Amino acid sequence: MKELTFETLLAVFEEMFGRGLFWAMVAVAVVITLAYLYVLIRDRAMSMRKFLLAQLAMPFGAVAAVLFVQWITSSGFRDIGGPIDVIVLLGVAVAGAVGIAILVYTAQALMQGRQGTPVSGRS
Amino acid sequence: MSESTQLRASRRAFLGLAGGAAAFMATSGAPVQAARIKTGARIVILGAGAGGAALANRLVTRLDGAQITLIDGRPEHWYQPGFTLIAAGLKPAGYSVSGTTDWLPKEATLIAEYAAEIDPEGNRVVTASGQAVPYDFLVVATGLTLDWAGIQGFSLDMVGQNGIGAVYAGPDYAAKTWAAMDRFTEEGGQALFTRPATEMKCAGAPLKYTFLTDDFARKKGNRGKVEITYAANNKALFGVPIVSEKVRMLFADRDVAVVHDHVMKAIDPGRKLATFTTPDGDKDLPYDFINVIPPQRAPEVVRNSPLPWADKWQDQGWVEADMKTLRHVRYANVFALGDVAGVPKGKTAASVKWQVPVVEDHLTAQIEGKDGTAAYDGYTSCPLITRVGRAMLVEFDYNNNLVPSFPGIIAPLEELWISWLMKEVALKATYNAMLRGKA
Repeated sequence: MKELTFETLLAVFEEMFGRGLFWAMVAVAVVITLAYLYVLIRDRAMSMRKFLLAQLAMPFGAVAAVLFVQWITSSGFRDIGGPIDVIVLLGVAVAGAVGIAILVYTAQALMQGRQGTPVSGRS
Repeated sequence: MSESTQLRASRRAFLGLAGGAAAFMATSGAPVQAARIKTGARIVILGAGAGGAALANRLVTRLDGAQITLIDGRPEHWYQPGFTLIAAGLKPAGYSVSGTTDWLPKEATLIAEYAAEIDPEGNRVVTASGQAVPYDFLVVATGLTLDWAGIQGFSLDMVGQNGIGAVYAGPDYAAKTWAAMDRFTEEGGQALFTRPATEMKCAGAPLKYTFLTDDFARKKGNRGKVEITYAANNKALFGVPIVSEKVRMLFADRDVAVVHDHVMKAIDPGRKLATFTTPDGDKDLPYDFINVIPPQRAPEVVRNSPLPWADKWQDQGWVEADMKTLRHVRYANVFALGDVAGVPKGKTAASVKWQVPVVEDHLTAQIEGKDGTAAYDGYTSCPLITRVGRAMLVEFDYNNNLVPSFPGIIAPLEELWISWLMKEVALKATYNAMLRGKA
């Protein structure tokens, strides 16, 4: 690759998932991120109880992300051929884990409504 | 304890972060653009494929007032790197098909005809309907011709039946080849893979398809009843020695038999025999599945013009171009781009991506009365698929040096998943961006 610009990168992702699915996923990610920031700012605290459940969800997010990428690319675990492949695989897993953690945390916070006092900080 | 486990988030911190991110996006997203050159130059580009379209898109952003005319009679644009994926049943035939006009800038004119005559002395091209198109600069980007008549007894309507495949012939033929390969890897028998003795586009493709056939036979549990033979045209398996050695090891590992100095000249579909020219005379090899790849030459209009080399590739007719500048050696206002260029390497889409900025540089410099400085070093890239899910990202130059894009990160001679990911998902997008002049 000669020049890797932000525009090229967007084009690559559009190609990967199809334009509709890619932008739908971007929209979902942006909405969840904004909602997460919203509940953080609203509550002025991070609730460790909610975070615990979010952490429990992380392994599921990691596995789901890896399986999704393998499904999209017609490949599997047997195709891991070198260190960089392991790093990419772990990167995908981490992204999936963090993504689901944010999702689970935000969903709980939105469902429970505003926390009056930071008592929820006790874990 | 409860105090220390609380992470405080404030509006100010959030806004600071968002502002920083926005500033980063703004600075990294702004393209650097040279001033446009005012000119009335008439530029004719023969061929509106990967090279022609990419160059036209770049020239319209560099030149103000130039008349850019593309001449190409084919309505379809083919994403040729996709043919292997189609022939492996991973993508439909439509994956590689778009329209020629989808990629052309509106500032350029397309004459939807093939060229019939190139007259570099008179600085004009004559189209099939007899229209004379004069030019100040000519870029020959016609691609190459597959000489199917060079295989006696073969015709394209045989593809897909009786174990005959032809991945190079086009998206539909690649799909038919998949049907034949799918059937073969169920039933078993002798698979035969060939390559021509001429220069060819993507010299890795014949190898990829050999590996893929092996992979499908293994995945179906039928490798035991499949014999695979690769017939090389010379004593090597690939033009770059270090890659050739690696392929030799992989073929040994996959139990692929190799015969050297075998150039296919004829096929007998009735007896399922392929005839090869060898140093010891003609030899017949049996097949139950074969991927026919014919000799490859410059299009007739180029071969019949004064443009080809007189002392090299006489049977193939590639344009006599300088290796580094791609400028014609005898006609200073003529350039060659892509497969048709008579340079020692570079018949791949990735090479086109490296060649386009070179032609652009020398052409625009000449318009300004200056000398161009860009040089093409023979860069050629081949994501050499070794099975579904793995590939080697082989990149090299004129000197047969490996020139990896990601040294120390993506090893060029290792079968890697990441190289497969790039071939499978990132390559077409990069290609499309190149067609639009953006990569």
